Amino acid sequence: MNWPLEAFLSFLAAGAFGVIFNTPRRTLISCGLVGMSGWLIYRTFFLVFEDSVQASFAGAFVVSIVAHLLAKKFRMPMIIFSIAGIIPLVPGSKAYNAMRNIVEHNYLEAIAFASEALMISGAVAMGLVFAEVLMQLFFKRQAKRIQRKMGLTQE
Amino acid sequence: MTQIGETRRELALDCFLLAGRIMMESGAETYRVEDTMIRMAVSQNMVNSHCFVTPTGIMFSPSEELATRFVRINNRSTDLERVALVNSVSRKLVAGEYTVQQAYDELLIIDQTNYRFNIWLQILAASVASGCFLILLGGSWIDLPFAFVFGGIGFIIVETILEETRVKIFAEFIGSFVVGILASIAVYSGFATDLDTLIIGSIMPLVPGLLITNAVRDLMAGHFVSGLSKGAEAFLTAFAIGAGIAVVLSF
Repeated sequence: MNWPLEAFLSFLAAGAFGVIFNTPRRTLISCGLVGMSGWLIYRTFFLVFEDSVQASFAGAFVVSIVAHLLAKKFRMPMIIFSIAGIIPLVPGSKAYNAMRNIVEHNYLEAIAFASEALMISGAVAMGLVFAEVLMQLFFKRQAKRIQRKMGLTQE
Repeated sequence: MTQIGETRRELALDCFLLAGRIMMESGAETYRVEDTMIRMAVSQNMVNSHCFVTPTGIMFSPSEELATRFVRINNRSTDLERVALVNSVSRKLVAGEYTVQQAYDELLIIDQTNYRFNIWLQILAASVASGCFLILLGGSWIDLPFAFVFGGIGFIIVETILEETRVKIFAEFIGSFVVGILASIAVYSGFATDLDTLIIGSIMPLVPGLLITNAVRDLMAGHFVSGLSKGAEAFLTAFAIGAGIAVVLSF
């Protein structure tokens, strides 16, 4: 596996998706970086554990966390950063293989591929959910701490 | 005096509904639209307001005395720049930097301006994304120019048919169908090597990534009507793409 090449390509692909979805121009590079981090985490997990479901979960989790942090920094909706990063994790090749096997009347193999695609999409969704809950807890605690500090200084 | 208060309230209502409509038409999540509208309403002393947003219409009830208003949302596309702009206008209104009149004027400008990238730049982006995904999914470098060209062609076809007919499923079906035919021709004439990765790479720009993300986030926030309908839209898109490819492969 060629790390710098994959990093560059995933950066370029996520940036290109940013152009298609018309994200604000000054966030294009950040979108590319989100996509790159998601893809590299996915690939690393895949190489270590050889399970694309867990790898998709980890990738979606990281994409969502990074997108939340960037959204706080730029003061923009989080969705601007997360979409371009999620797209590489969508199980396109599994869904394609399921479709091809159905067309060729290999229904058993098609079911195997389709259930794998379903598992991966579920994992991506769960990654998004976990990151969302984690960030909500974190930001709530941070806001409370700031409020307490302000209350102390006022009194 | 009451007359002035009445017109000011009407203006504020128009302003919230316009903000909600622009965000929903540009592909924001439902719960964000509701959140933005309620925040704007609270900043204008409408504390007891309720709003209900679905992908096809927005209902907004300012208080118990005032009449409920409704706007219909006809066409939805993806334009994240607009979402960001409306978001910043609402932030400024809540912070007190804008009056309602200023915010409304700003929203009208956002509604009428075209913020999209040049169409050729979008096509180039679709081509680049296809090429990148071909290599990332393990395709060979010989197929790269084919994925580059076919990805762009698929994107052009979908955009043109969408502009002419407004039937999304049909546009995606024809787009993936043409991509499949072109890829098969390239492989069987011996120029390209691997049909599977070539097709997957070329249809990547059509994948409904925004819809999937939005559906999950809406379901999570408890907006089941919007979440399910967006999920259905994503499923239909995926089905149209798959059917277009399946027709080609069955020959």
